Amino acid sequence: MKVAYYPGCVAKGGAPELYRSVKLILEPLGIEPTELFDAACTGAGVLTERNPLLADALNARTFAMAERRDMPVLTICSTCTGTMLACNARLQDEGNRARVNELLAPERYTYNGTTVIKHLLWMLVEDVGLERVAQLVKRPLRGLRAAPFYGCYLIRPSSLVGDEHPDRDLYLERLISTLGAEPVKYEGARKCCGFPVITMNRAAGLRMTGRNIQDAKEHGADLMVTPCPLCHLNLDGQQAEASQALGTPLGVPILHLPQLIALAFGHSPAEVGLGHHVVPAQGPLGRLLQAAAAGAS
Amino acid sequence: MEVHLRVQRFHPQVDAEPHWQEYRVEVPEHATVLDALLAARDEQDETLTLRCSCRSHICGSCVMKVNGTSCLGCKTKVSHARKRLAAGEPIRVAPAGNLPVVKDLAVDLEVFFGKVKAIEPYLQPDGPPPEREYLVPNEAMLTVREAMACILCGCCVSECNSLEVEPRFLGPAALAKAWRFTEDPRDAADRHRLEFVSAPGGIWDCTHCFACVEVCPKDVKPMERILELRRRAMEAGFTDNNGARHSQAFADTIAESGWLDETRVLSRSLRGLPELLEWAPVGMRALLRGKMPLRHRRLSGAKQIRAIFAAAQRRSGEPPREHAPGR
Repeated sequence: MKVAYYPGCVAKGGAPELYRSVKLILEPLGIEPTELFDAACTGAGVLTERNPLLADALNARTFAMAERRDMPVLTICSTCTGTMLACNARLQDEGNRARVNELLAPERYTYNGTTVIKHLLWMLVEDVGLERVAQLVKRPLRGLRAAPFYGCYLIRPSSLVGDEHPDRDLYLERLISTLGAEPVKYEGARKCCGFPVITMNRAAGLRMTGRNIQDAKEHGADLMVTPCPLCHLNLDGQQAEASQALGTPLGVPILHLPQLIALAFGHSPAEVGLGHHVVPAQGPLGRLLQAAAAGAS
Repeated sequence: MEVHLRVQRFHPQVDAEPHWQEYRVEVPEHATVLDALLAARDEQDETLTLRCSCRSHICGSCVMKVNGTSCLGCKTKVSHARKRLAAGEPIRVAPAGNLPVVKDLAVDLEVFFGKVKAIEPYLQPDGPPPEREYLVPNEAMLTVREAMACILCGCCVSECNSLEVEPRFLGPAALAKAWRFTEDPRDAADRHRLEFVSAPGGIWDCTHCFACVEVCPKDVKPMERILELRRRAMEAGFTDNNGARHSQAFADTIAESGWLDETRVLSRSLRGLPELLEWAPVGMRALLRGKMPLRHRRLSGAKQIRAIFAAAQRRSGEPPREHAPGR
C-alpha cells in the first residue's frame, strides 16, 4: 500500500536510529512510502495550545499533501499522531476547514478533510495484518521479555483514538507476541514518560521516567519498546538522571518499535542503529538474541 | 449473577501494608461496581469501608480504581468492568490514587479541597454590584458551563500522572475550576488567578497525558482547560517561566525553519547557566552517540510554512514576532 510518510522531527534529528530502522521494514511489509520532506512540524500540541488555528493550518497543509496523492499519512511517533488526529478532528467541521483553507489558499493548498492518519503500529495491525508480520519473522525473539510503552497519544483520548478501534491500547502487546517475544504486563505501559514537563519541572519528569522503567524492570523486562521517539528521548537519553532521581540502578535498554520489528526480521543490532543508544543496547541485545537463538535450536 | 471482587483493604492504624480480599456476591445483571461492593459490605463484611451517597453519579463520593482505572463506582457497570478480564479473573477495586487512604476505599480529601480553595473558587466581580442580577450573554457561558459540570469527585486527581511525582501540583480539578472563573465574564480576578497558576505547581506542571480527560465522569476535560489557561497566562504576560519560554522557542523554530530544532528549543527554554549546566551531560551523551545534529537545515518549504504561520497569527490576533533569519 502507498503511504505519505511523515517521519516527524525527532526521527530526522535526535533519533537517527529510528529513521534508519523504519527504512529496513517498510518494503517487506508491502508499504510503499512517499516521504513528505516538505511537511511542517505538527507543533506537538505546543503550537495547538498557543494558537489552535495556527496548528490546524500547518497540519492541514500536510494533510492536503497526502490528500493530493490519495494516500494515508503514515506516522512513527505517538505525539505527531495525537497532534494530527486532534487537528484533523477539528478540520472535519466545515467552518473550521474553510477558515484554514483561506490561510492555505495563497500557497495553493486546499484540504477537503479526507486524509486518514495512521501510526505504523495501527497500520501493521489494521492494514498489513499481524499474520503477514508473523510470516516475515526470520528470528523469533523467543525468551525476550519486552515491556510495551505506548506514549500517551496513541491511546488517549479514546474519543479520538479508539472510537472505531477500541483495542488500540492492546496492539503493542499483540505485536510483541507476534514477533515471538513475551509482552511484560505492568502498570507503567500506558503512563506518561515525563517528557512534556522535562524542561518545566525536570525533577518531576525524571521521576516519571524512572518510575516507569523501574516498574517494567521489576516485572521482569529485558527491554522496553516504544512507538514514540519523544518517550525514547526520556527513557533512553535521560535514564541515568532518572536512575539518580529514584536512587536506584535501572539499566534497561529502550527500543523503538521499528527496531524490535527489524531485529525479528533478521537484521543485526548494528543495522538497526543500537549503537546510537545512550543506555547500552547493542551488547545486551546481541546476548539476548543469541540466547533466544540457542533456546530455539 | 455472581460477581467476583478483589478489594484492596488497608487500615493504616492497624495494618502494616495494604492487602487484597476477595468477595463473591450475587447481584442483578445491571448492577454497578458500587452495588456489588455494597452487597459485599451489607451481606458479608461490615468492616469494608467505602464512601457513597447518591448512587447516581451526582454527588461524586465514590471515586475508586476499578481494574486500575479511576472512576465512580456508581457509574461503572459490573458488565463493563468484566469486559476485558479473563474467565475467572476477579474485578479489582482499589482506593483512588494520589490521595491518602483513610481506610479501605475511603480517601482523605483535605489536600484535594485545599487546592481547590487555593484558586479562590468564587466570583470576584469588579465595581459596585448591579441593582438586580448580573447579566451575561448566553454564548459566553456555553463553554464555562462544561467546566461547571465538575462534581469535585477527584477521578481526575486520582488518575493524574503529574501528581504521582509532584505533590505540589494543583492538579486537574483545581485548575479546571480556575479556568471556569477566568472564563466567566462576571469575574474580574483573571490576572490574579493567572499569576497564581503560572507559579511552580501550577499550569506548567501538567504533563499533557490526557489521563484526566479520559476518566472525568462529567466530560469537563480538565487538561484542555489547563492548556487554555496557559494561553491566557502567556497572553497576560506571565512569561518568565520555562513553560512559556519553551512555547515561544518552539513556535520560533517552526516559523524559521519549518521544523523543530531540538537543541535550540531546549537551550532557550531553560533559565540561565545553572540549568544549562544541569543539562550538559545529556547533551554530551547525545553528541557522542550521534544523536545531536550539528546543523539544523531549513525545510525547502520553510518560506511557505512561514507565510501560513504569519497569516494564521494575523487571523487569530496573535502579535507577530520578528524572526531572526535562522541558521
